[in-house]
Amino acid sequence: MMDLYTRRRLINSAGLTIAILAMAFGLFWLCWILWTLLDHGLPALSATVFTQSTPPPGSTGGLSNAIFGSIIMTITGTLIGTPIGILAGTYLAEFGQRGWLAPVTRFINDVLLSAPSIVIGLFVYEVYVVQIKHFSGWAGTAALAIIVIPIVIRTTENMLKLVPATLREAAAALGAPQWKIINFVTLRAARAGIITGVMLAIARISGETAPLLFTSLNNQFWNDNMNQPMANLPVVIFQFAMSPYEDWQNLAWAGALLITISVLTLNILARVLFRQSASTH
Amino acid sequence: MNVENISDSRVSVKNLNFFYGKYRALKDINLEIADKKVTAFIGPSGCGKSTLLRTFNRMYQLYPNQTATGAIMLDGDNVLDKNQDLNKLRAKVGMVFQKPTPFPMSIYDNIAFGVKLYQNLSKNDMDERVEWALKKAALWNEVKDKLKQSGMGLSGGQQQRLCIARAIAVKPEVLLLDEPTSALDPISTAHIEKLIDELKEDFTIVIVTHNMQQAARVSDYTAYMYLGDLIEFGDTSTVFTNPKRQETEDYITGRFG
Amino acid sequence: MPIRLHDARLKRQTILDTLFRNLTRLAALGVLALLAAILGSLIIGSMPAIHAFGFGFLVNPEWDPVNDQFGALIPIIGTLITSVIALSIAIPVSFGIALFLTELSPRVLRRPLGVAIELLAGIPSIIYGMWGLFVFAPLFGDHVEPWLNQHIGTLPYVGPFFSGPPMGIGILTASIILAIMVIPFIASVMRDVFDVVPTLLKESAYGLGSTTWEVMWSIVLPYTKVGVAGGIMLGLGRALGETMAVTFVIGNAHELTKSLLNPGNSISSALANEFTEAFGELYTASLIELGLILFFITFVVLSLARYMLYKLGQREGKAA
Repeated sequence: MMDLYTRRRLINSAGLTIAILAMAFGLFWLCWILWTLLDHGLPALSATVFTQSTPPPGSTGGLSNAIFGSIIMTITGTLIGTPIGILAGTYLAEFGQRGWLAPVTRFINDVLLSAPSIVIGLFVYEVYVVQIKHFSGWAGTAALAIIVIPIVIRTTENMLKLVPATLREAAAALGAPQWKIINFVTLRAARAGIITGVMLAIARISGETAPLLFTSLNNQFWNDNMNQPMANLPVVIFQFAMSPYEDWQNLAWAGALLITISVLTLNILARVLFRQSASTH
Repeated sequence: MNVENISDSRVSVKNLNFFYGKYRALKDINLEIADKKVTAFIGPSGCGKSTLLRTFNRMYQLYPNQTATGAIMLDGDNVLDKNQDLNKLRAKVGMVFQKPTPFPMSIYDNIAFGVKLYQNLSKNDMDERVEWALKKAALWNEVKDKLKQSGMGLSGGQQQRLCIARAIAVKPEVLLLDEPTSALDPISTAHIEKLIDELKEDFTIVIVTHNMQQAARVSDYTAYMYLGDLIEFGDTSTVFTNPKRQETEDYITGRFG
Repeated sequence: MPIRLHDARLKRQTILDTLFRNLTRLAALGVLALLAAILGSLIIGSMPAIHAFGFGFLVNPEWDPVNDQFGALIPIIGTLITSVIALSIAIPVSFGIALFLTELSPRVLRRPLGVAIELLAGIPSIIYGMWGLFVFAPLFGDHVEPWLNQHIGTLPYVGPFFSGPPMGIGILTASIILAIMVIPFIASVMRDVFDVVPTLLKESAYGLGSTTWEVMWSIVLPYTKVGVAGGIMLGLGRALGETMAVTFVIGNAHELTKSLLNPGNSISSALANEFTEAFGELYTASLIELGLILFFITFVVLSLARYMLYKLGQREGKAA
């Protein structure tokens, strides 16, 4: 029979060792995945990736049409989703103290925030693609915007709530009407945080695949018509990676590396920006 | 209560009660605020002095479940009247807070913000107004070369004087100061106390302070409050040297609180 | 001396105020409308399948596009099993990571390590899928699954779950990849709720001579259990709805087997694989009904999570 103290110390050491192992476990996957991406993606990256469109099986090509489509749909999706999200988030933070609408919206927004993105794709397919009878860039944009909205609502509300009440009071004390207080004082004070949220939303949608499968689908050729099916990196990666052709798989790795680099860069930039602004306040 | 010695009253508070939900934070307050004088509210924390101040511009209205009953008369209007236009009221009653609250914009814009709300000034007039306010607030010399810089970059004392300048730039009739120096160092505090003395030539000032010496130094009239009651009100010199009520004397001599 | 106020301007401000407030309210209402529209469109879209199969859809293991016979049992089970296995791996690991980040990590490393874990959450799911298919599954199939076959597959009771062809792809592989994906979500929620435990409380426990492990296990964890449970539910919601990572490695087979090494299917991967190729009204409607079921499951899980976090918030409100 071990004495109590030794036993407690052993349990402690075991627990702490497991914690360190868990941390190592988490980092291990991150490193492994990143290393795989570099290992497979870097050799596949070349100038043609950026200059040529996706090839038919057996011939060479690049990802230019997919890169273009991804950028266009990400930008339009963000541009549509952000204002709606900021307005609704403003409502929750600034007008939501009274009444039923704010708590209900907050809950619904949480539901949307964690809704499976493939369901969003299904929705846009049902209400848009089926109506116009073909896949299109705008449908992809719509699906991405629906993903952006709840993220922006959440950060806008949280950031506005961090603005000290005294700032609001100080503006009100001058006789400023509420729309001016919000637009010129509180939203400005929360600006850095909201921009961070938008950047994280962009990072999120630039890697989204599932909602694009049923909306913009894919297009083997260069296309800048948003009313036509539009190529985009995630769907191209999906189709090429699942294909039996090695040069397609290589292109998929190149695309995967591009997406990951941009998503992680956005993530890190957002954090740096937020930290900087937090330290100047 | 010896309010009879206030002949020239600017604001009169009549039977004012204030509620946070069901909790009664102010109990039947009656008070006259003298024109172009400094009136101080003193008392231990939680006594309702800030609450009283915040009824003058109905700042409490920003929050749900806070209500006031009774009357506060300013220029013949009841401030507490439902039909009172809040923005108009607040343009007439300026306020400076405990902590400096510069807006996230330039020093110039901080001051112009309130002025632009209700006055159409030409660029020149606006420049003059900004300079006037900054001079009144004894800040002009320190910031005249960096008016375009952010107000957040100033020191705490400068920020507070900026907030005072911002409040007086709209030329309010009454200026409310809610513990304006409690977050400041002694030198900045001295600056602002001197400023208050100068400002009372133009403005009716009400100041909340937990610092009795400050009340004695800057005010003409003093109200002592305790647990939502107005215990004593009168000439500052009388309240401090010859209080009528035992509670006031206890507080002032530091026997409690 | 006092300035004259422009009454016209005051009136205009009141109008602008009302306009602005209603504009933001409209956006908030738009969010409600969006959810209603999503639910409505899914229900309408799945009507043919609901009429044809009724509640039997939920328990029917058949998925036969040729004869227009559809049942959701296999994808539903696949979704639930992969999520449950993923969580049983992710929860202890996340607890370890959160413990490390709040109590053990040297102060300089705390932030970078926290960010590294959050970056793991930022990697798009399709990358997990590709990596799983090309890197993880072959290794797993060559080295781990044969071992599982030999050592656990022969045991009574648990054996059948771990015997089967060591192909790499299958339910177990999908679960492990899901686990790696949800670890950062659960770990960061846990870290955040551990961080709000009052220092005084921890210090009092240390003051009695408790070890770090005892403080975490007997003081911090009980104090934060509601928040931790909420975080786990959020991770579960994530796992249930995850599409791409699972689609790559689950095998996409409409089969019901005991073995976790066999390929299977989940709701989201069935959708991703079959939806664009579905022919006929009933096939499409059945897939949409799958989406509806998935949405319903995540809705329930998320409501529970929100409720728990709300309870936590209430308790904090009282303490403050």
